[in-house]
Amino acid sequence: MGFLIDGFNQLQTWLLILLSPLNITEPVLQFMLVSAILGLSIYLTLYTGMFSLANGGFMAIGAYVSVLLTQQAGWSLSLSILTGMIVAGIIAVPIGLPVLRLRDIYLAIATIGFGEVVRIMALNFDDLVESFIKWMVQKEILFDSLISRAETSDMLDITIRDNGNVRVNFELLGGARGIKGIPVMAETWMLVLFLIIVIYFIIRLHRSRLGRAMAAIRQDEQAASNMGIDVVYVKNVVFVLSAMIAAAAGGLSGHLTRIIDPSNYGFDLVVDILAYAVLGGTQTWAGPVIGAMVLRALPETLRGFSELRGLINGLILLGAIVYLPSGLVDIKGFRGLVAYFRNNRTQRKEMVKDNANT
Amino acid sequence: MDLLTSTTVQQIINAVSVGAIYALFALGYALVFSILGVLNLAHSAIFMWGAFIGMLALDPEKAPILIAFSIAALLLSIPSILLEKRIVQPQLLRLPHQSQRFVGLIVRVVALYLLWQIGRPIYGILIGILPETMIIPAIIAFVFSVLGGGILSVILEFTAFRPLRARNAARLAQLVSSIGAALVLVNVAQIAFDWLYNRTEGYYPRDVQLLPFIPTETWIIGDLRITPIRVVILVIALGLMVALQYMVTKTQIGQQMRAVAFNQRISSLLGIDVSRVYIVTFFLAGAFGGAAGMLFGMVFLNVTPFIGESIALVGLTAIVLGGLGSINGAVLGGFIVAFIQTASVTFGGSSYRNAIVFILLFLVLLLRPQGILGQAEENRA
Repeated sequence: MGFLIDGFNQLQTWLLILLSPLNITEPVLQFMLVSAILGLSIYLTLYTGMFSLANGGFMAIGAYVSVLLTQQAGWSLSLSILTGMIVAGIIAVPIGLPVLRLRDIYLAIATIGFGEVVRIMALNFDDLVESFIKWMVQKEILFDSLISRAETSDMLDITIRDNGNVRVNFELLGGARGIKGIPVMAETWMLVLFLIIVIYFIIRLHRSRLGRAMAAIRQDEQAASNMGIDVVYVKNVVFVLSAMIAAAAGGLSGHLTRIIDPSNYGFDLVVDILAYAVLGGTQTWAGPVIGAMVLRALPETLRGFSELRGLINGLILLGAIVYLPSGLVDIKGFRGLVAYFRNNRTQRKEMVKDNANT
Repeated sequence: MDLLTSTTVQQIINAVSVGAIYALFALGYALVFSILGVLNLAHSAIFMWGAFIGMLALDPEKAPILIAFSIAALLLSIPSILLEKRIVQPQLLRLPHQSQRFVGLIVRVVALYLLWQIGRPIYGILIGILPETMIIPAIIAFVFSVLGGGILSVILEFTAFRPLRARNAARLAQLVSSIGAALVLVNVAQIAFDWLYNRTEGYYPRDVQLLPFIPTETWIIGDLRITPIRVVILVIALGLMVALQYMVTKTQIGQQMRAVAFNQRISSLLGIDVSRVYIVTFFLAGAFGGAAGMLFGMVFLNVTPFIGESIALVGLTAIVLGGLGSINGAVLGGFIVAFIQTASVTFGGSSYRNAIVFILLFLVLLLRPQGILGQAEENRA
C-alpha cells in the first residue's frame, strides 16, 4: 500500500505542476474531487428520474457525524466516515419512504425543506440540548449522573445558583460558529480512491438489475411498474445510496478544512451541486464529475474575477441550460457534430436552404 | 389577563400585515405556476430587486443614479429590441440548424457588451444633467419598484424561460434555468450594493409616508400601538389582490390567461396570442414581487441582496399550503405562514421560526399535496 501512495504523490506533484498555469493548487484539487463525489450523488437520483435536492442536508449529516467521531471520540478517519455514511443512510429511509411518492417540483420543494431543517437543527442543536438538560435538572431527573457528567466533561457545564437558578452550558456543534480545530486527516489520495470506488460502483450498478430498473423508472414510471419493477423499493434504495455518497463527501470535506459550520450546507450548496450535474450533463457518470471539476476550478482560474464568482456561476448555469441542453459531456451531440463535419458541402447547402425556407 | 389579550391583538395585527406581504409575494409564484406549470425560483430575486429599487428611489442621494440608469436603459432598449427582432433573429434562421444556438449566443454577448459601452456615456451625460439630490415621493418610488419588478420579470421570461419552451425542454430544466437567473440577479445586486453603499446592506428611511393623507406617528388605542405603515401596507396589498382577481375573472386578457393555463395549444388554435399572455403574466408576477419587496423593506427597514432567500422558502410554503397554481390559495397560504411564524416567535424561540414552517411544508406535501384549496391532479403525487 505504501509504495502505491508514494507513487500517487509523485503523480500528483507532476499533475499540479501541469495544472499550475490554471491556478489549481492542492486545496483546489481536493475541493474539485469532493465536488465530483457530490456530483455523482445527485447523478444517481437524477438518473432514476428523481429531482431530489436533499444532498446538502445529507452532506451536513455526514460531515457533523464523522467530525464529531474523529474529534471527540478519537476514531480513525475511515471508520468515522463509514459511520457518517451509515447514519445518513438510516436517516434517508424514513425521509425517502414518504417523500419519494412526490414527483418533480413537489419532490424538489420537499427535499429543499429537508435540507433547511437539517441546517436549522445543526444551528440550534446546542440550545435545544441546553434547554432539555435545564428542564431535567429543574425536575431532578437523573440529577446525580448529570452533575457528575458535567464535572468530567468539558462539553457540559452546569451551575446552580443559591436562589435556585440553573445555568446550563452545552457545546457540541457550536451553533452558527460551527466546529473548530478539526484534525486535517483527509489527503488527496483518499479522495481519488473514493471517487474511483464510487465511479466503479456506478458503472457496475448500470449493468445490474437495479441499474436497469433505475433507467426504466426514469423513462416511464408507469410502464416500469407494469413490467414488475418495484418502483418504491428501487427509488428508496437509490435515495439511500445517494445520501450515503453525499455523506461521505461531507465527511471527507470536513476533514480537509479545520472548521465546519451550518452555513456551508445551505441552499447555495444545493444549487452548486445541481449546477455540476446540469453543466456536465447527466447522460453518463462522467458528466457530473467533469461538470463539478470545471465549475470548481473556474473561479480559481479566473482569479481576477474572484468577486464575480457567483455571477459567473449563475451565467454558466443559465447559459448551459439554454445553450448546452445536454451538458458538456454529450455523447449524442459529439456524434452529431462528427457526422455534421463529415457531411459534404452540398448537403450543408441544402440544409441552409431548408432552414431559410421554413 | 388584560395585557395578554392586548399583546395577542398586537401580534395578530403584525401577523396580518406581514401576511399581506407574503401573500402578495406568493401570488407571483402562483401566477407563473398556474399558467406555465413552472416554478420561477428567480421570483425571490425580483422581490429583492423591488426592495432595492424602492430603497434607492427613497434615498435623495441615490435617486438620480436610479433615474439616470433607468432612462439610459429605456433609451437603449428600444433600438436593441428592434435589432433583435428585425435583424438578429431572421439572420439566425438562415444559418445551419446546428450552429444557430452557438452563433446566437456569441452575437448576443457581443451586442450586450456594445450596449454597455454605449450606455456608459449616456448615463454619464444624464447624471450630469440631473440635480445631485432628488426627493421622490414615496408613492412614485413604489411605482418604480412595481415597474422595475415587472420589467425584470419579463426579461427573465425572454432569457430564461422562452428559449427552453421553444425546444420543449422538461419543466425541471426551466426550474434550473430560473435558479441560474436568480443567482445572476442576486450577484448583480451584490455588486450594485458594493458600488453604491460600499457594503452589502442598506436601510430604508423610517416613517415613509406612502399615502399622502395618512399621518406617520404611531396610533395608540388603549394598550395597542399601531404603526400606520402596517395598515397602509395591508390596504395596498389587499387592493392589488382584488385588482388581480378582477382582472383574471372579468377582463379579456384575464380570460385569455385562464384559457392558456387550461391548455396552451387549444388557446393558440383559438387565436389567442399565447406569447403576449406569457409576457403579461410575467409582468404581473414581477410587479407583485416588486411591490411586496418595497413593502417588506418599509416594514423591516434593512435590505441586503440576500433577503430573497428566506422569503423564497416562505413563498414556496405558502403556495404549497394553498395549493400550487391556485391564486386564492396563495393568498390564504401567505396569511397562514405569517400567523404560524408570529405564533412561534411569541411562544417559542425565533430561531425555530423557519424550521416550523419547513416542517409544516413537509407535512402538507405528504398529507395533502394538492394543498388546501387545490384540486387533485394525477401528476402531483
